[in-house]
Amino acid sequence: MEHIRTPKVEQVKLLDRFSNKSVTGTLHLTATHLIFVESNSTSAQEIWILHHHIASVEKLSLTTSGCPLLIQCRNFRLVHFVIPRERDCHDIYSSLLRLLRPVSYDELYAFSYNPKQNDQQREEGWQLIDLAAEFERMGVPCDQWQLTDVNREYKVCETYPRDLYVPITASKPIIIGSSKFRSKGRFPVLTYFYQEKKAAVCRCSQPLSGFSARCLEDEHMLQAISKANHNSRYIYVMDTRPKLNALANRAAGKGYENEDNYPNIRFQFVGIENIHVMRGSLQKLLEVMGTRSLSMTDYLVGLENSGWLRHIKAIMDAAIFLAKAVTDEGASVLVHCSDGWDRTAQVCALGSLLLDPYYRTIKGFMVLIEKDWISFGHKFADRCDQLDPDPKEVSPIFTQFLECVWQLTEQFPQAFEFSEWFLIQIHEHVHSCQFGNFLGNSQRQREDLQLKERTYSLWAHLLSEKQNYLNPVYSPSFAESHPVLEPSTQAYHFKFWRNMYHQYDRSMHPRQSILKHVLTLKESNRELEGTVQALKTKLQTFGVSTSPLKPQTPPRERSHPPRPQSLILGAPLLSRKEVQQEEDEEVFGEEAREDAPASTGRERTVEGSSATENGYGELKGSFDSKNEPAVVTLEFGVARMTC
Amino acid sequence: MEFAELIKTPRVDGVVLHRPFMPTVEGTLCLTGHHLILSSRQDNTEELWLLHANIDSIEKRFVGSLGTIIVKCKDLRVIQLDIPGMEECLNIASSIEALSTLDSVSLMYPFFYRPLFEVIEDGWQLFVPEEAFKDLESMTDEWRLSEVNKDFSVCPSYPSLLTVPKDIDDESLCKAASFRHGGRFPVLSYYHKKNGMVMMRAAQPLTGTNGRRCKEDEKLINATLCAGKRGYIIDTRTIAVAQQAKARGGGFEQEANYAQWRRIHKAIERSNVLQEGLIKLVEACNDQSHSMDRWLSKLEASNWQSNVKEILTTACLAAQCIDREGASVLVHGTEGTDSTLQVTSLAQIILDPACRTIRGFEALIEREWLQAGHPFQQRCAQSAYSNGKPRSEAPVFLLFLDCVWQILRQFPCSFQFNENFLIMLFEHAYASQFGTFLGNSVAERLKLLLSQKTVSLWSWVNRPQELERFLNPLYEPNNLVIWPSVAPQSLLLWEGVFLRWNRSTKCLDEAYQEMVHIIEYNKELQNKVNSLRRQLAQLETEDGPLQTP
Repeated sequence: MEHIRTPKVEQVKLLDRFSNKSVTGTLHLTATHLIFVESNSTSAQEIWILHHHIASVEKLSLTTSGCPLLIQCRNFRLVHFVIPRERDCHDIYSSLLRLLRPVSYDELYAFSYNPKQNDQQREEGWQLIDLAAEFERMGVPCDQWQLTDVNREYKVCETYPRDLYVPITASKPIIIGSSKFRSKGRFPVLTYFYQEKKAAVCRCSQPLSGFSARCLEDEHMLQAISKANHNSRYIYVMDTRPKLNALANRAAGKGYENEDNYPNIRFQFVGIENIHVMRGSLQKLLEVMGTRSLSMTDYLVGLENSGWLRHIKAIMDAAIFLAKAVTDEGASVLVHCSDGWDRTAQVCALGSLLLDPYYRTIKGFMVLIEKDWISFGHKFADRCDQLDPDPKEVSPIFTQFLECVWQLTEQFPQAFEFSEWFLIQIHEHVHSCQFGNFLGNSQRQREDLQLKERTYSLWAHLLSEKQNYLNPVYSPSFAESHPVLEPSTQAYHFKFWRNMYHQYDRSMHPRQSILKHVLTLKESNRELEGTVQALKTKLQTFGVSTSPLKPQTPPRERSHPPRPQSLILGAPLLSRKEVQQEEDEEVFGEEAREDAPASTGRERTVEGSSATENGYGELKGSFDSKNEPAVVTLEFGVARMTC
Repeated sequence: MEFAELIKTPRVDGVVLHRPFMPTVEGTLCLTGHHLILSSRQDNTEELWLLHANIDSIEKRFVGSLGTIIVKCKDLRVIQLDIPGMEECLNIASSIEALSTLDSVSLMYPFFYRPLFEVIEDGWQLFVPEEAFKDLESMTDEWRLSEVNKDFSVCPSYPSLLTVPKDIDDESLCKAASFRHGGRFPVLSYYHKKNGMVMMRAAQPLTGTNGRRCKEDEKLINATLCAGKRGYIIDTRTIAVAQQAKARGGGFEQEANYAQWRRIHKAIERSNVLQEGLIKLVEACNDQSHSMDRWLSKLEASNWQSNVKEILTTACLAAQCIDREGASVLVHGTEGTDSTLQVTSLAQIILDPACRTIRGFEALIEREWLQAGHPFQQRCAQSAYSNGKPRSEAPVFLLFLDCVWQILRQFPCSFQFNENFLIMLFEHAYASQFGTFLGNSVAERLKLLLSQKTVSLWSWVNRPQELERFLNPLYEPNNLVIWPSVAPQSLLLWEGVFLRWNRSTKCLDEAYQEMVHIIEYNKELQNKVNSLRRQLAQLETEDGPLQTP
């Protein structure tokens, strides 16, 4: 490719982020990846970094050992190379600068990524998630809610999907009138229908009310939503912004609903901060967590000062408020923020997840993301910085949603069909631009890009290896006893999500993973059941009848799908052979390869490895005699085991 | 008996008990010499039996004639009793106060407790120094068992038998003892089989301001070094604190006199600071109204997690010196009965797989805590809710357990016991029907005749029916050294202790049960497969295979 000046540099040093450890290897630059291959043949570690994952490249000032290159990734990986020759470093640096700033969609990985599927398979992949079927599952259309074709041609609202559900009494003029009174034309539409109470969760953007403007159609619209629910005389209008922000918007001719003009509404601010605050918060969090030799005090103070967990709690509080209004009061809820595609998406999606056990399954969670995030126009391209970067538009809104779900899995370990590995994998691909799902900012844009014809769907890919993302202690019956999740929002229930923000910092993870262990056992149980069955059949040929025979389970096509070797899942178990990386290279590139040493080294670290890796303090100074212990300077304790 | 005088109202009806996350219970409150009992007298409800010794402090409140007593326990539980009648309430409160603060050890419950089970294996005889020495003898002949402290006159806080280098005679030991705080001269704590390196522990040397030295002390610790090798002295105090200690007659080993040793100073807090930390932490955990920022700032202000990190780091450092550097180590702080023991015992858990079994962990607690003279009675007299100024109370042992829990979290398959085992030990260290944690030293325990008059905790715990609760289903023995991460991101708040009474654990418990089920089902299936295979093999050899159509 024309942007690559130096495809290969040797004798490159990779420094560990938290210790003084380093390994030497060769750096390769391809059209899609930056690859580091460790030279040491016994534990040849490989790191694959997708260009799209790179958030920033920094060339630090020249040192005696070479020219340092610092690469920061959106999946929270941070790599620090030292390249011997300044020239090579500069070449790599300037190539990367160009490569990680694609100028057109065609340059994105999704358009060149080919998982060796035929067109039919690709098409099937895209058909896996069907939102019309999802609304049907909720019981919509029904006697109060109908599908409207008003946005069929994206004429009323560009950023909404074509198919929208509105109250049966909302006529086209009302819809169009209301859309003109709402920011970006995002008028109130249905996103979730709670059948049991006939309560609706609707979403929109802020009204253009300014200081005194009103719009009769919009007032009618809210009235129609209210009337569609006979269980409650009022609806809640949740403005997810802090009141101050909403007030400030009035000066720009926007604002919030005046309760005097809208009969039967209960208006509520819930105070989630805007995308800029969230971006700053994550930045602060990462800065603190990236500090070497971080003290406990600095860690806790940094965690507090970043405000990150406060924001997570605010989103959770809002979702709980929504769920309570729907279940306890049977009231419908209308959620908005400013444009109705960030905080609104967070609150609607998380609220629905609390209300409906279906969204806690693997398939259901995909549907939820497809509905509240993708179809309703969360601006993935802008927020995740896919193309044409505007740093002011980037914000970890979707990451926060995933984290809220993770916080829930911590409180309800049996409620979710998937494990955190699933959430992390989704996060990975929101930024990878490897699949078409998250490209662009709206459905309309995605159609223009012909993504369904030219790219593959992430959901099909994830479902094909569903086994890897299962939560081994998931209990489907939990949904019966807990149809609605009622999490506690005590501050101490919110924890720092180490496995997300430090997913590539091996030293911080437990070296034995309960999740992986139990998942393996569960798989083994399934196999053993088959073996028992087969043995019983065989015994029968001898005329021995054991316990009543169940019908023979169909032969399994494949014993185990390959499991991504994640740091989070810990080192592979000794008993399992799972070095099946080849066929998944494309897909799991980074993870599988990076962890290779963990599998070759098993849980044992090679004896005589540099003491710098496992230190707990500084043994300063040295003895003069030659028999003395070597000086070891060790910043960070590294969780590992040695013989 | 004496207790009757303290109990003015032994029984009150119509008392309502409130506990978080549990339905309220109305019933009869009874006070006995050692228990507070609340029973609804219905078959299906559990009775509350609370040891007076478990009560840390109480608060009284009155609304009209309805009195409320808030009972705060040493295991951090807080319960509320609504008692009709002001007089009854006052009587009950004063009785509880008196009974929960009995001064005399011999009035404690363990002296009155009679087990309902048959003691098969007497815990008092389970971990004697002679046995431990036998193990050591099988590995090395460099050490001997000294009886120099037979009558506890050389060091009142040491046991009567001590492992010391073979070449050092008792006379030298006495001289070294006179040079160490409280007579705690350097003794063997751990022998690392893999490379023959050792860990010793002691109290600070009494160098004082004029730099006293003691040739015997130097000889004693040098005797543990191989020719030409050097060792590390890990002083658990900062250099500044160690310097200050000189003014009070204490101090640290001077380089000039201990040329073969390198001294490393760490910063483990002194016990009174730790107690303040515990009080602050529990206060933060119990306040449900905290915003996120306030919670984090209070958690930080308690310094609890910092203490965990520092202790763990120091232990890892000691282990690293021994295993990675191949050097011997001497650990001490000031008295050598608190931070020293935290470090030596945790280092052994990291290095020695035996300490990660239930028996091995019990032996470790016997060796490194009870026999090593950690003053349990003083340290655990009060817990987080004590109102008075702390005298010598400190959660030293709790911090040790917390550190073990952190390692357990990071190596969930490497321990034979589970979290419940650690929590149980925490509870029994503070209040128990067993005599194990009474007294401050071996000498005191002997004087109290504990082994004759009380039951050992181990006698109870090691019964298979009890043990079951404490077994870790994930355990797969391994002989590796386990190096925990001490990064703040890797260390968690021990919710099982500090949030135990502030959250509902139903969902977590059920998930744990499901995990146990999966593991057990796996074993069952494997057995089944094996037995079917055997059956099949037998048939095949007997009959030869039948022709299948």
